[in-house]
Amino acid sequence: MKSLRHLALLAAALLLAPAVFAEDLLMARSQQEFPEAMLALQESIGNKGYVISRVQRVDIGLTAMGYKTDKYRVVFFGKPDEIRWLAETHPELVPYLPPKISIFAEADDTLLVAINPQQLKQFFDDPELGEIFDRWEQDLRQILDAVH
Amino acid sequence: MLCRTEYSKQPKPMLHRLLFACALLLATAVHAEPHGAELYQRHCSACHGDEGRGGVGVPLALPSFLGGVTDDYLFKTVRLGRPGRVMPAFHDLSDDEIRAIIAHIRDVADAPEPDLPTVAIDGDPQRGKTLYAEHCAQCHGANGEGGKGTGVTFSRPRDLPIIAPALANSGFQEAASDAMIKHTLTEGRAGTPMISFIEAGLAEQDIDDIISYVRTFEPKPPLEGIEEPILVMESPYDLDMTVDNLKQAVISKNFRIIREQTLEQGLQPEGKDSPKQVILYFCNFNFLNEALAIDPRVGLFLPCRITAVEEDGVVKLMAINPLRLSHLFNNRELDEACEEMHGIYTELLDEATL
Repeated sequence: MKSLRHLALLAAALLLAPAVFAEDLLMARSQQEFPEAMLALQESIGNKGYVISRVQRVDIGLTAMGYKTDKYRVVFFGKPDEIRWLAETHPELVPYLPPKISIFAEADDTLLVAINPQQLKQFFDDPELGEIFDRWEQDLRQILDAVH
Repeated sequence: MLCRTEYSKQPKPMLHRLLFACALLLATAVHAEPHGAELYQRHCSACHGDEGRGGVGVPLALPSFLGGVTDDYLFKTVRLGRPGRVMPAFHDLSDDEIRAIIAHIRDVADAPEPDLPTVAIDGDPQRGKTLYAEHCAQCHGANGEGGKGTGVTFSRPRDLPIIAPALANSGFQEAASDAMIKHTLTEGRAGTPMISFIEAGLAEQDIDDIISYVRTFEPKPPLEGIEEPILVMESPYDLDMTVDNLKQAVISKNFRIIREQTLEQGLQPEGKDSPKQVILYFCNFNFLNEALAIDPRVGLFLPCRITAVEEDGVVKLMAINPLRLSHLFNNRELDEACEEMHGIYTELLDEATL
């Protein structure tokens, strides 16, 4: 009877869980123009408990060279203690830290792109990291959804 | 005692409710119609636009496009993607879900499926080769490799709505019927640079010959092998010296140093950040420009970055491996740029640790 209950709970959990799609990149399109989408992204990242460590302009050199499109940023963010722990215990992960989202104008819309942390799970086969990457994926999806 | 026995034989109410809920959910899951609009929003709109006006992907809502392709073409395109041409293969979607997306696209654009014949076209590929070089190669590439860029405004003029598709692509070859290609060549695609070649003076036989030649294209096989996710090299020097060496190496390769910072800068209070991971950001604007023109999403690993990490007295230089990340973008053009970047990173790591 106990195992039947477990089975039922498992089935319920599986049916209630949102569909998981293993896209290589997580992408979202916001109908907001770039400045508004950028603000929404920063707010959304903060709402999920992350700290924005830096916003990197990618367009300074481009506009100086006469490139027409000038709205492109990469937003780095993380949870300070988590990044410290990861850097100390898994230094091989450092080149991929902290997580980031690139955001750029596409005509009147704004596009947002991030590496799906599920890919990092494939890169670094470690169950301890796997749990973190799962959470990052969930958080990233919610952050991107909130900007949309 | 009797009561207890009877009670123990009763199904437990909690379990009952759980089983009932499962049955209900299962029934819902089985009978629910896939919702095309939601699926489109989730899987397609980021690239093709909320209303199918295009972006990274082609403008699906063009009446001349939807009026010239069958549902079978769209289905296979979603399922198989375009290997090496940005459009991913959606293996996780069910057949019903793909059909729901297609129905949604047609519904929004008010463009019913055209009735195209299914017979194969038997032309003269040798003659078609000459005609292709004369009429098609300029946009679609000498070997059917397609136009450059992804379609987003970073990588094409804003007034150009579409990048010429790659014809030598296994996804295209599988999805497109001869009749569909013929329809496109005959009617053209209003709203894109694709003209009607009948109006341009070609005969029906010429078009059949071109199609037969297009069918001889051999798609490039996908890149083989799985690369390591990081490039790493141990340094014989201490952290400061290694970073200095790296800066010199970067400058010697005509890159400009943008920024030096610790990994934790901006995350920890000033002065509390660990000095053991030092990031050097650098850039070559020509290279950046070219990479963004190929695929604007590549900004995810730009500007270039190498990190010096000290662990237990040992210093290592680390970078992402562009060849491993390149696979995520499904963009053959980008693979070539990433190969170049891989070479540059390797040389920099070598020079800095020499």
